[in-house]
Amino acid sequence: MKKFEYFDVTADIGFKAYGESLNEAFENAGLAIFNIISDTSNIDAVKEISFKVRSEDEISLLYDYLEELLFYHEIEFMLFSEFHVEIDDNLQLRATIKGEPIDWDKHERKTEIKAITFHKMDVKKTDKFELQAIVDL
Amino acid sequence: MKFSNFTKTLLKHHQYILKHNIFVIIMSIKDEIKKVRDNVYEIPGSYNKRMRASGRFYIADEYIDELEEGAIEQIVNVACLPGVQRYSIGLPDIHFGYGFPIGGVAAFSLRNGIVSPGGVGFDINCGVRLIKSNLTIEDIEGHLDELTEKLFKNIPSGVGSKGKIRLEEDEINDVLDYGAEWAVNNGYGWPEDLEVLEENGRMVDADSSIVSDKAKKRGIPQLGSLGSGNHFLEVQVVDEIYNEEVAKVFGLEKGMIVIMIHSGSRGCGHQICSDYLRIMDKAYKNYKIDIADRQLACAPLNTKEAQNYIQAMAAAANYAWANRQMMTHWIRETFEEVLGKSAKDMEMDIVYDVAHNIAKMETHKVYNREEEVLVHRKGATRAFGPGREEVPEKYREVGQPVLIPGTMGTASYVLHGTQTAMEETFGSTAHGAGRVLSRSQAKKDYDADEITEELSSKGIKIKATSKHVIEEEAPGAYKDVDSVVRVSDSTGIAKLVAKVKPLSVCKG
Repeated sequence: MKKFEYFDVTADIGFKAYGESLNEAFENAGLAIFNIISDTSNIDAVKEISFKVRSEDEISLLYDYLEELLFYHEIEFMLFSEFHVEIDDNLQLRATIKGEPIDWDKHERKTEIKAITFHKMDVKKTDKFELQAIVDL
Repeated sequence: MKFSNFTKTLLKHHQYILKHNIFVIIMSIKDEIKKVRDNVYEIPGSYNKRMRASGRFYIADEYIDELEEGAIEQIVNVACLPGVQRYSIGLPDIHFGYGFPIGGVAAFSLRNGIVSPGGVGFDINCGVRLIKSNLTIEDIEGHLDELTEKLFKNIPSGVGSKGKIRLEEDEINDVLDYGAEWAVNNGYGWPEDLEVLEENGRMVDADSSIVSDKAKKRGIPQLGSLGSGNHFLEVQVVDEIYNEEVAKVFGLEKGMIVIMIHSGSRGCGHQICSDYLRIMDKAYKNYKIDIADRQLACAPLNTKEAQNYIQAMAAAANYAWANRQMMTHWIRETFEEVLGKSAKDMEMDIVYDVAHNIAKMETHKVYNREEEVLVHRKGATRAFGPGREEVPEKYREVGQPVLIPGTMGTASYVLHGTQTAMEETFGSTAHGAGRVLSRSQAKKDYDADEITEELSSKGIKIKATSKHVIEEEAPGAYKDVDSVVRVSDSTGIAKLVAKVKPLSVCKG
């Protein structure tokens, strides 16, 4: 199973993330985000951060979770490559994300993500879970 | 009056459609467009019964067929919002945005109108500043490489870049409340700089106490940094003057070296926009506002949510003005270091600084009377004409300077605001080029080394944080800014003053 893939939008970029569970799909969405900013295969998991978010529906939860990733990337000045997500029945998400402080001599420098958008944002369940988001670059 | 059975069936069907808000769109939205005059088009308010105003847009006649239907639909969606005044407007660079189109303007009544973060955009007060000098190409010849290298080093840019200073925890509140004024008071630039910034670099409505801790935390490390993507810092030369008289008022002459900054409110502004998208997402449901797209989420102007957004947005706008002010200071320092003269001796005065993403209370003529309205400009430049008191005194007779940046390696333009803009577009015009190729397509089509080589053969130095940004920002990935500017000029919603072309480009 593919973890995630990108699709084109004129000014920005979109991605779909997949998972056998909703948790796994959210984890792969984290990978999709940090492969826009950098290359996660070269980001070591040396430091971890945990956070919680709670939202009113699954789409809002995806939005809030992705925003949280950007927040920690910017304020901790870190890149992340490992994501562990647990979502309970009350749509409370607990995440532990691992990565390392940014070192542009080591890490590939791609693009800054300004924000997550609600445009065409989707959380779908068929035989597996599929998330879709477009980010503003 | 008697109806035939057939007519009765038709009427019943029609009533059913009206009652259930069903729209059967058989024709393309483009079939509904009417030409008003050359390069000006209208979608009548009768196109859709939810529209409270007509849609108007300014676009080159030859591009009308290429205009995305999605962007036209967004003009219609904005025309359906409560309290919208006169027209929902699309400017010559209009393209699809999130909720509101980019290159869009809409004004709302203070009595029954709304405010929407989607009508301003994520990068609040993304804007452009132009700094002039008394230097010519001969003065910087032989120094251009060093200037480019040092500007790139002294003005942090790119993803994951920190500003050079570290604010104290509560100092961010002063930045948010006082904007460029804070910067000047802390030694970044000259007091007279403030006179030639839109809003004098500070919106007084700003209130840092309602800005989230998250926005402040994102704002603290990034203050004094350029950003990434289409943001840039360029050393340019005035290449052509179209209006000698106005150029003289703006202090511009052919052959003059100028510097242009394109930057915004960084993570701080993005967070404020996101915070309020979530708040407005609840508000529009609460106040039962009918919107076509979640990103048009809004609140009536007389509510707490709306007032808080306006104050927080103003704080983000102030952050952006402080940010551009600090970069101005470092640009002057860099020129001093490289050329061995003082910035004052080089007359490195600011020409003007404009916001491209903002919402503001302004007085405009609406249905034959002057009224205060809330004007949303998203990817649009204010283009106030002669006489408006918001325009700095020294420019008031000719209208404000309008700064329209081009893309990497292409020309940018200086225009002036007009009476036509006051009458037709709530004093607004276009803001730039607008992408036509996706980033991945641009990466496939272009090679960073070839672009660098090509620009170099035209005498343009380029310095970027990565090859990705050079490919993604290839000039060919954007619409032709020349056409955008030409339509602004020919329709009269801003008139051409000067063309500037880059000599050196720094990209994040």
